Amino acid sequence: MSHAAPAATAHYTSMGLDSRKMGFWAFIGSECLLFGSLISTYLVYQGRSVSGPTPSEILNIPVTSISTFDLLMSSLWMVLALAAVQRGDMKWAKVWLLGVAIGGSIFLGFQVYEFTSFVREGLTMQANLFGCTFFILTGTHGAHVTVGVLWMLTLWYRAMRGKLGPEHAMTVEIAGLYWHFVDVVWIVIFTLVYLLHK
Amino acid sequence: MQETHAVEHPHPTAATYIRVAVILTILTVIEVGVFYVPVFHPVLAPVLLSLSAVKFAIVVMFYMHLKMDSRFFTLLFGGPLLLAAVVMLGLLFLFGVFAFEH
Repeated sequence: MSHAAPAATAHYTSMGLDSRKMGFWAFIGSECLLFGSLISTYLVYQGRSVSGPTPSEILNIPVTSISTFDLLMSSLWMVLALAAVQRGDMKWAKVWLLGVAIGGSIFLGFQVYEFTSFVREGLTMQANLFGCTFFILTGTHGAHVTVGVLWMLTLWYRAMRGKLGPEHAMTVEIAGLYWHFVDVVWIVIFTLVYLLHK
Repeated sequence: MQETHAVEHPHPTAATYIRVAVILTILTVIEVGVFYVPVFHPVLAPVLLSLSAVKFAIVVMFYMHLKMDSRFFTLLFGGPLLLAAVVMLGLLFLFGVFAFEH
């Protein structure tokens, strides 16, 4: 696979690594600590609610499984978008970038449906410890997905205007790092919150 | 002064990306399947945590390219990830989540 030439704005560290990529990996490291603290809080308070609704009463595993699959597929489209940009195939790059944005939007749609149905069934942030920690954790993740969708749309818009090419492959790769991180966080949340609930 | 850049290893091909997606889908189906099959309930936690860890590692290695990128990126990601895991386990011990029920 051919690799794009570095963009004119690329800066390299003394280790010869792209400074933007290194900075973004450091940011992702800090995000690990953010989500680690939120997941820890959820797990510490798990099963300690003194009133309902409880996770086993309210969580909808089939619906969440579909949204998990959707997010996994959007990760595939993200790497296909990067591969297309790297080989200069901007037609398919536009298709895959829009696909990622749509996939993320569908995931957010599932989350809005889930949150509203939970509130209708009496689970709010004030209802119990489960509600508080659940909405903070999954809501923070949803906010990250929202930022990712907006990021993908800006890349797609730039591609549509002809302002995104193989020389911007690193820009797309960094956006991809963010998107895949959001995906791996959901892999953990899906297992710990949905499948291993008490 | 001449600038030296680290050697970038080529990223996987589209076919590899699709194969990875198929594996991730199969693992997700197994996860959900295990959740619904009562015979697996005694070992539900270790099985699901193992499957989740494998999915996590696959995405990080192939989609985030850590398998072929500089080891320094692995350090930048793995260090805080390990710290987060240690803090999480510490909190769970402190709050008695692992305490045996009598």
